[in-house]
Amino acid sequence: MTEAVTRRTAMLGAAATSGALLFAGGNARAQAKPTELRVGITTFLSGPASVFGVPAKQAAELLFEEINKAGGIGGIPVRAFFVDEAPGTDHLVGEYRRLVQNEGCQIILASISSGSCLACTPLSDEMKKTTLLWDCGTQRIFEEGPHPYAFRTQGYGTPEVLAPLLYLLKHKPDFRTLAVINQDYAWGRDSWELWKAGMDAMKPGVRVVAEMFPRFGATDYSTEVTRLLAARPDVILSTSWGGDLTTLIRQSTERRLFERSLFVMPIAEASLPTLGRTMPAGHIIGARGDHWNNHPSPKDPARLKRLVDSYRAKYNEYPIYPVHHMAQAISAMQAAYAKAIAAKGAGGWPNDLELSNAFRGLTFDTPTSTITLREDGQGLEDQIVGLSSFNDKFPFSVPKDMILFPAAMVSTPVGQKSTDWLKTLKPDFVSQVPAPMAG
Amino acid sequence: MKRETLLAIVGALALILCAWAIPWLKFVLTVALAKGIAVLGILLLLRAGQVSFGHAMFLAVGAYTVAFVAPSVPEVLLLLPLAALLATALGLVIGLFLVRYRDIFFGMLNLALSMVIYSLLEKMYAITHGTDGIRIAALTFAGVSLEREVQEWVMFGIALTLAIGFGLLVRAYLGSPMGRALAGIKTRETRLEFMGVSARLVLLFAYVLSALMGGVGGALVSMTTRHVTPQLAYWTSSGELVFIAILGGAGSALGPFLGATAFELVRVYAAAAVADAWQMILGGVLLLVILFAPGGVWGILSSKLKGRGA
Repeated sequence: MTEAVTRRTAMLGAAATSGALLFAGGNARAQAKPTELRVGITTFLSGPASVFGVPAKQAAELLFEEINKAGGIGGIPVRAFFVDEAPGTDHLVGEYRRLVQNEGCQIILASISSGSCLACTPLSDEMKKTTLLWDCGTQRIFEEGPHPYAFRTQGYGTPEVLAPLLYLLKHKPDFRTLAVINQDYAWGRDSWELWKAGMDAMKPGVRVVAEMFPRFGATDYSTEVTRLLAARPDVILSTSWGGDLTTLIRQSTERRLFERSLFVMPIAEASLPTLGRTMPAGHIIGARGDHWNNHPSPKDPARLKRLVDSYRAKYNEYPIYPVHHMAQAISAMQAAYAKAIAAKGAGGWPNDLELSNAFRGLTFDTPTSTITLREDGQGLEDQIVGLSSFNDKFPFSVPKDMILFPAAMVSTPVGQKSTDWLKTLKPDFVSQVPAPMAG
Repeated sequence: MKRETLLAIVGALALILCAWAIPWLKFVLTVALAKGIAVLGILLLLRAGQVSFGHAMFLAVGAYTVAFVAPSVPEVLLLLPLAALLATALGLVIGLFLVRYRDIFFGMLNLALSMVIYSLLEKMYAITHGTDGIRIAALTFAGVSLEREVQEWVMFGIALTLAIGFGLLVRAYLGSPMGRALAGIKTRETRLEFMGVSARLVLLFAYVLSALMGGVGGALVSMTTRHVTPQLAYWTSSGELVFIAILGGAGSALGPFLGATAFELVRVYAAAAVADAWQMILGGVLLLVILFAPGGVWGILSSKLKGRGA
């Protein structure tokens, strides 16, 4: 018995050591063309934010399958390694290391949560691993310091708040009172700070009658709705999302709050399929980008249709914005690899530095538009905002009277802080807002 | 006792070997050791039959101390004692009235206080950046700023040294009259009082010591992950610590480290194998431990070792 145990232990030890040596070997060779392109993807697979994370994962699986059918990237197949963001940053930064050092991922697509992005980006600097911030929105990332290996392939908080604000100033210029009801966490606070800075600069004198930050994940908004009914604000802003927003909208419609006040909901798009016909019409809705299902003039209509149709066929639901953000990150990745491989010549494979250089200033196509990555790494994504409405093509609310805000117009210039820049805006900035899109 | 020492040495060597052979595990193991130190504190309270469902607050205090002070004093050797000191002070203040309560009240009051700290960290947005958390500036060790690779080894070394140090301290403490008295609180408190020992004082001492270790654990976690969020003080984090204590077993000062290593490794490998169902695996492991090995990992190992000797 004693001997058996010893032998088993010894064999286990030997197996562990040889496994370790294998891993070490895997790390040593980096520059040669690999047999597969490994992509680490961090996303929410559990918890409240999985309403975004799971569709994004599905989109990545769908698109990787498509890419591999078409011969992969640079002739080699792509493979995704998914990581759940839900356990928190101490777990996530460990997982980031695992993806890079153990799985040998050549590129990381990081994070829905801004906290996760803030933790992963400095790690990308230290480990010199190209990291695409595929969904998080915090303006702090590139405004607080340079990150040579990090790129954000979509818009971020500032344009996503400023575009609906400009739409409101155009649509209902005479509003005098406003209330805010945001989730009580970083985005809820950040987005209100951005909105307030922009609103006070462009339309001074608006009275804020209520500032409410109900608990993240709250299921009952009756107190807040009562207060809003009593305060009768002209406009109610809510940057809430997911289950919180769905609940807020349902409880507010039941008590006819939508009939008294105009709602502005910059992240409504992801909740609209769930709400179906219960979403009230005539309120301002945003999508964290320009990728609406009923985009009147997408750049590549066939590609948009293919993405929507194949996603619907496979998962039996309409794609929401995280699907598009994932698709954008993957498009950027394809474009950057093509660029880097072309620069290297036939048979070459870019190293980490060459890959990140390929991303700087990169312009890539999305189904609806093109996105350029600025010199600081921030992507310039156009924003489309509209009024909720119904038509017979979709079983849920879609925008009408859409206005396309060019990204350069609503993004903070390189090197400036968002709140400082927003404070410099003048009331006549509204006159630069383009006319609604046709169709 | 000799076997325990042997096991500790073998364990430490295995950790070093693992960290050397598999670079990315070094990070995971450092976090495991840091959490192990914090769980040692839970173990002390478990000896007295008390479960703290809010112990993560001391971790958070240690971690946020590092986050707030690091920009002005980025010295690991100063930050660690400072974090420990603040956590100890908080432990003393809270402990003074918490030790009047027992069982569910003790657990719930700890939970309530930790949630107060969580809310403060989350709501004082202008100071703490809320749920996005604070990035910890680059740290120096004895005045030298280090490369990432070296820094990781240094943190691992500090965590291992402190783990061994606190392990020995806890072992000595549990063997001392003060430590023995903890078991008295669990069985029958009045007996202690008859002997002229103040049960409150005994528990307060254990509580403050556990707060100290929580602070050190938190400081180590924050120095390793280099980013702190209020999540550290959330009740699920406290639950995690209790989970680790149960997984490791309360029989020995080695238990918390066995538990923490097992917990982090199971979580990491479960997350790697099935990214969207790792919670189920973790829960399954805990259920198996509760059902079949109530003494935890330590219980399994010590019975194996005893079986060998017999």
